[in-house]
Formats: sequence, structure tokens, C-alpha cells
Amino acid sequence: MIESELLHIVIPILLVVCALLVLIVNDLIIATIALGALSLLLSLEFFILQAPDVAIAEAGIGAAITTAIFIIAIKATKRM
Amino acid sequence: MMSKIVRTITNLFTPFIFMFGLYVIIHGHITPGGGFQGGAVFASGIALLIVAFNSKKVQKHLKEHHLSIIESSGALMFIGLAFAGLAFTFFFNILIGSPIFGQIPPEGSNPGFIWTAGVIPLMNIAVGLKVIAGLSAIVLVMALSSSNVRIEE
Repeated sequence: MIESELLHIVIPILLVVCALLVLIVNDLIIATIALGALSLLLSLEFFILQAPDVAIAEAGIGAAITTAIFIIAIKATKRM
Repeated sequence: MMSKIVRTITNLFTPFIFMFGLYVIIHGHITPGGGFQGGAVFASGIALLIVAFNSKKVQKHLKEHHLSIIESSGALMFIGLAFAGLAFTFFFNILIGSPIFGQIPPEGSNPGFIWTAGVIPLMNIAVGLKVIAGLSAIVLVMALSSSNVRIEE
């Protein structure tokens, strides 16, 4: 499949871009959203590598619950 | 309490998230997924409710000690099913052939019927209950304690 070959190149580049965005950005909410996007791209990569079990677990834990916990923790502190 | 856009989208999407989580749990032995994955999806729906609305408003309908009871009952159900294998469910499908759960499926490869894997669906449901209650309790207790509400034991 040609699209799969292309996605194997595009998705790791987007992963590195999201990880750098988490480091660079000053606003904590934007960094949390970028972390959630990183988890979603990582679950897409797991799905392309034919591990749908790990993809569902990563999308549930990494993209949803971790983001929710970070947002709750940021709301409990003072916004910079 | 977040903005009106977030609350409206949460009201629209939460039933579908719950439905998909229960689907992943129940179909755990014939499609990808299982108890842990479906429970994580379901608990992510509850986390979405807690983030979008106030945690006190969620606490009115979802008490922490009820979640503790659900988690313990899931663990007890798993252990009970495991010990039932010693007595009468070893290599024997107790779910199939009864009038509730449908007819005996044909032998050989088939497209996948739900009640075909012995006690594995019941064990998936037990693990799903435990994971739903555990992850929901983690997020709920963290949200409540960060908003200075006293948590009863």
C-alpha cells in the first residue's frame, strides 16, 4: 500500500513536531493540547503498525485521561 | 465550568462515548479491545464530563463510595469466575445453548458470535467494571480535592 508507506514517513515527523511544540510553548493549556495530539498521532502509528489493541489503550489513556488530569491540575493552580 | 461550546459538545458526544466503551468491552473476544481498553474509553467519557462541568455537579450523581463498591465487585466477579473454572466451566461453554443467549453456532470458522468464548466475555465484563470504576475514581477524587471539597471515606 502506497498510503501506508507515506504515512510511515509523515506521522513520525508530526510526532517530533508535536513534542517540540510541547517544549517550546509558554502557555500550559496549549502544551497540554499538543501532548494530547501527540498521543493521538502515536495511537494512529500503533494502528498502522497493526497493533489495534495498543492503539485503543493509547487513545483512551494517553489522549483522554492524561489530558483531563493535566487540565484539572492546571485549573487548580494559577494561570501563568 | 467551561464555556458553552465545550458543554454543548460534551452533551452531544458523551452517550456515544459510553456506548462505544461498552461495545468494546462486550465484543472484547472477537474484535480488538477488551476489558481494559473499553473501560478506559468509558472512563474518558466520565473525565470529559468532569472537565466540562463542575466536579461537584458530577459528584451528585457519581459518589466515590459507589465507585469503590463497583470496583470491588468487579474484582470479586473475576476471582469467582476463575474459581468456577475448577468446578464446572473448564472447557465447557456455559453461555451457549440456553434460551437467553441464543443457539449453538456452527462449527469451524464463523463471522464471530458474541456468546462463543466460554467465560471470557464475563471476565471481560468484570475487568471492564473494575477499570471503569478505578479510572473514574482517580479523576473524580483528583478534581474534588483540587476544588477544596472534603471527601468522605
